[in-house]
Amino acid sequence: MGYHWNWGVFLQPSATGSDTYLGWMISGVEMTVALSLSAWVIALLLGAVVGVLRTVPSNVLSGFARAYVELFRNIPLLVQLFIWYFVLPELLPVSLGNAYKQSNPVVQQFLSAMLCLALFTSARVAEQVRSGINSLPRGQKNAALAIGFTLPQTYRYVMLPMAFRLIVPPLTSEFLNILKNSAVCSTIGLLELTAQGRQLLDYTAQPYESFIAVTLAYLLLNTVVMFGMRWVEARMRVPGYIGSK
Amino acid sequence: MIIIDNVSKRYGDFQVLTDCTTKVGKGEVVVVCGPSGSGKSTLIKCVNGLEPFHRGEIKVNGVSVGDPKTVLAKLRAHVGMVFQNFELFPHMTIMENLTVAQLKVLGREKAEAEERGKQLLDRVGLGAQALKYPGQLSGGQQQRVAIARALAMDPVCMLFDEPTSALDPEMINEVLDVMTELAQEGMTMMCVTHEMGFARRVAHRVVFMDHGCIVEDDAKEAFFAHPSSERARQFLAKILHH
Ligand SMILES: Nc1ncnc2c1ncn2[C@@H]1O[C@H](COP(=O)(O)OP(=O)(O)O)[C@@H](O)[C@H]1O
Ligand SMILES: [Mg+2]
Repeated sequence: MGYHWNWGVFLQPSATGSDTYLGWMISGVEMTVALSLSAWVIALLLGAVVGVLRTVPSNVLSGFARAYVELFRNIPLLVQLFIWYFVLPELLPVSLGNAYKQSNPVVQQFLSAMLCLALFTSARVAEQVRSGINSLPRGQKNAALAIGFTLPQTYRYVMLPMAFRLIVPPLTSEFLNILKNSAVCSTIGLLELTAQGRQLLDYTAQPYESFIAVTLAYLLLNTVVMFGMRWVEARMRVPGYIGSK
Repeated sequence: MIIIDNVSKRYGDFQVLTDCTTKVGKGEVVVVCGPSGSGKSTLIKCVNGLEPFHRGEIKVNGVSVGDPKTVLAKLRAHVGMVFQNFELFPHMTIMENLTVAQLKVLGREKAEAEERGKQLLDRVGLGAQALKYPGQLSGGQQQRVAIARALAMDPVCMLFDEPTSALDPEMINEVLDVMTELAQEGMTMMCVTHEMGFARRVAHRVVFMDHGCIVEDDAKEAFFAHPSSERARQFLAKILHH
């Protein structure tokens, strides 16, 4: 088919001069990692809170948590991203909105993308946390309350530590999802891995090399996450505990 | 110590408890028995407020359990409870199971809590298991740890809900021995159990429940010699048979 392979392209100085094309790829990886990691940390914390609220004996709180989950889980990710990036700054108080719009565009893109991925994923984490809590033996909560723990202490010391252990496998796939979903953020101009790949293609006209490199980079990131989560799982394994499922 | 006065409870339309009245005096051991589904667990969970009730009053050590002003966590910290399925915290070592509430609820120092934990583990014969996890112990051992965990809070009374029902037969006695010793030391105890040998040995009174009602509330001797109701007679005949 007469395709001219040229892997050496990555070592050539880039069109902007100051870097190689390999440097572009690396900065894309860095952006994807920074975005996914920060969104993941927020998603875990928010998801834990919302997931707990889903299970508390208060209709107001569990109803609120349920609405939160349905809202963020059921609107397409791309639409949520556009809302965070294009619509929300308009809804802020005028002075704050203006300050935001005058800030560094990369900061704007990053913040919108991070919040978007974090909240979308937090709704999914919340559902996992809820199912983890519900799959604990019912007597555990009573035993914790009976010994004098308050309800928050019961969650903190007894139910959440076990619930999180049970849901490490589904949380691993949520972590992988956040990496994959971060590619959507190239649509608002954030120069993460996918966007760098497209830029590379535009400048070098080497589509195969560009996207093979992007694919390999994603594979590498996924592998790191998978091994990381496996390590977490092994570290948290409880000696002698037979899963309740 | 425990006063249960005309307590009734419903689950929707289903009447679980009907006008239950009994009491457990200081240092007294009361055994509660009755057929499955008669409301024994529900009644004993009402005593420390794990189950709410609709009518009547329960007082533990002078504190009203049903009073909305009562801080239940405070009350429960001094009412020990032991469950059918042990309910140790699986992610904590045995020692952590014994100390976590001493630290977080009573605010004891770590050294003091571990000292108390060690003392109680030795007492239930499990001093060597402090660093193991619950999943690494047998059922009988887990239940003895559960008793020690409750005792670590220096309870004013102990509630037992069928503590030996989930155990293999050969492990029942090691748990009953610990309970017997506790009773002989003067602990106030309310025990749901079908172990009639234990009841004969240490109980002061026996309460018999059926369909959510307290049908009999007799001194032990009277209960075993001549139960006054037909249902208690039938029940006794059935469980004493084997
Ligand atoms: N959460 C609940 N909702 C509805 N019914 C219940 C609930 N818990 C217990 N019951 C019913 O209440 C009755 C008494 O239960 P329980 O106190 O556990 O009896 P026991 O301990 O004597 O076997 C049973 O018929 C049981 O089905
Ligand atoms: Mg029961």
